[in-house]
Amino acid sequence: MSAIEVEGLKKSYGQLRAVDGISFSVKVGEVFSLLGPNGAGKTTTIEILEGLRDKNEGKVTVLQMDPWSKGYELHKRIGVIPQGFKFLDYPTPREAISYYATLFGVKVDPDEMLRRVILEEAANTYFLHLSGGQKQKLGMALSLVNDPELVFLDEPTTGLDPQARRAVWEVIRKLKGEGRSVMLTTHYLEEAEELADKVAIMDHGKIVASGTTSEIVASHGSGQRMTVKAGEPLHEYLVKSTKLEVGYDGREEVTIRLRDKDDALTALRAIEESGCEWGDLAVRRDSLEDVFLRLVGPGVAGEEEAS
Amino acid sequence: MFSFKRVVADLKVFGKASIRSKEGFFFTLVFPIILILLFGAIFSGGSSGPTTVYVQNLDNGPISAAFISALNGTTAITLVQAPANQNFTQYLSSHSSTDGIVIPANFSYDYEHSQSVNVTVYGNPASTTSAVVYGITSEIVNSFNLRGASATIGVAQQVAVSSSYKYIDFLVPGLIGFAALTSPMFALVNVSSSYKRDKIFKQLSLTPLTETEWLVSKVFWYVSMTAISFVLMSLTGIYLFGAHIVFSWGVGLFIVIGPFMFVSLGMLVGTATNSPESAAVVGNLVTFPMMFLSGTFFPVSSMPIYLQNVARVLPLYYMIEGLTNVMIYDNYYPALLDFLVLAVITAVIFVMAVRLFKWRED
Ligand SMILES: Nc1ncnc2c1ncn2[C@@H]1O[C@H](COP(=O)(O)OP(=O)(O)OP(=O)(O)O)[C@@H](O)[C@H]1O
Ligand SMILES: [Mg+2]
Repeated sequence: MSAIEVEGLKKSYGQLRAVDGISFSVKVGEVFSLLGPNGAGKTTTIEILEGLRDKNEGKVTVLQMDPWSKGYELHKRIGVIPQGFKFLDYPTPREAISYYATLFGVKVDPDEMLRRVILEEAANTYFLHLSGGQKQKLGMALSLVNDPELVFLDEPTTGLDPQARRAVWEVIRKLKGEGRSVMLTTHYLEEAEELADKVAIMDHGKIVASGTTSEIVASHGSGQRMTVKAGEPLHEYLVKSTKLEVGYDGREEVTIRLRDKDDALTALRAIEESGCEWGDLAVRRDSLEDVFLRLVGPGVAGEEEAS
Repeated sequence: MFSFKRVVADLKVFGKASIRSKEGFFFTLVFPIILILLFGAIFSGGSSGPTTVYVQNLDNGPISAAFISALNGTTAITLVQAPANQNFTQYLSSHSSTDGIVIPANFSYDYEHSQSVNVTVYGNPASTTSAVVYGITSEIVNSFNLRGASATIGVAQQVAVSSSYKYIDFLVPGLIGFAALTSPMFALVNVSSSYKRDKIFKQLSLTPLTETEWLVSKVFWYVSMTAISFVLMSLTGIYLFGAHIVFSWGVGLFIVIGPFMFVSLGMLVGTATNSPESAAVVGNLVTFPMMFLSGTFFPVSSMPIYLQNVARVLPLYYMIEGLTNVMIYDNYYPALLDFLVLAVITAVIFVMAVRLFKWRED
């Protein structure tokens, strides 16, 4: 059974196609991660699924409901952390949780909720005075007050310290363990590798790759690569004298794509024959990050790291 | 669908926030009191200067003339002679005063023939000036009695039912209107625009709380604040400045409808604008003319005619006029009319605010 079904979803803002005909589904109990550079359309997609924005075209079902027309019903069954979660200035986390519990008509132990996201020490600090990471943790706690079947987390770990990030990962694993479905966006690819059963990479409103992490790496990755510390002469030699796919980073690293075992042997032989200086030879597999950068372009990813 | 429990939960959070943000608390409850103290002290006159006392002498003899010159000899009062042929009560009220003395016909004759006779002092029991006038009159009467053969002159007191009102009487309803306008208006303009910017409405829309419940909770809060303000200001007005206030259920009508209207208006301004900054500008443009021209600090009737016409298109005018009608004049029919005008304006603003106020975007 699917928790989320999306087919041919489109959403435009004027000329800009923020979401441009995407399709995917998330099974019940699955952690699904949406990746993509800034402006790819992740938040737009997620907010359409949450019933916070209307779509232009396509078919969307979330927990067997149309999120826009049945939003009020849907909201009782889902949990949400919006990107850049903000809240009222003056309630303390404990009060905020009680407030949400009353709104949802459920009984929860605020301290238990706070413990779950490691926020006990700030239980009585006004939201206004919480640190960025603590605010994010409160967002996480609030999204769980109504014991949701499906949780949407839009960049839940952005701005968290490594310890807090791992705590959030722990919470997400627990959610999965309890049979809940999770939809997660993140800019940390290792986070997706760590947590997600399935991943979709979005760029310019389109899904450019999807599946399990290893499926994506297998179908979009270059397989294995050999890297050698060497200069321009080796690069030129390899290009001239072999049919290998060779790259050079312009400084000190030559990369050779290994399509099969023969490529590896050819490469080794050619390096030896070139007579160039070389060292630090290594063979590695593409990571999700390598695939991601290849699919969405390093320029965009570079900007992203800077921002 | 509508849940009172959720309204209360929201009210609790919002109320705590209003108290914790000290500026909000100050502007809601403390500031109006400061204004009443300030304006009350400046314009009530207080003990400064002599009190004007109107004297009507119905006697033609020499004793009454001596009596009046004795009164004139004191520095605390200034005497003004009233014509003998007029109804004294009406005369006082037409001169916006409650302080007066009537010397009866045959006063000199009775005094000289040791027959008892009363001088009548008109006054307002709540007013300090009336006590002064009574005290001075009694003293002079005593000295005449000592000089005479026997104690024949008495002092009768007469309450002057004042249809003349003091500045403070207008100031109290005016400033209650001021409080009902400013604190919900400024708060809601700010809250609705900054909640929109910070996506807090979006956040709230993910809970079962509805737009209407949220708005109702704000109305409850500001109605309660205005009610507290009303009590504080009335007490300050009465005990410090001797304001006359009629407490009646009619006051309740205005204390509910006023904040209701301005919560909706603030909401409308906040949602119709694009940023907290522009919301603040539009909010000020709407609020400031109302703040000064609706009879908050001075009765509208004391303004030039063209400004009075401006006042009549400002919703706050009807609130203050209505409050003045019930609190000072005890005058229900016109107050009800003011209330109806307010109810219609409020309904229109409320419907517009709710229409524009959407927690989600499309
Ligand atoms: N309300 C809106 N009005 C106009 N344009 C919008 C609106 N919301 C989103 N967009 C545009 O749609 C595109 C997708 O935005 P979206 O927020 O979905 O990106 P994202 O993938 O979540 O990016 P990020 O990783 O930076 O959060 C962007 O170009 C953005 O400018
Ligand atoms: Mg986003």
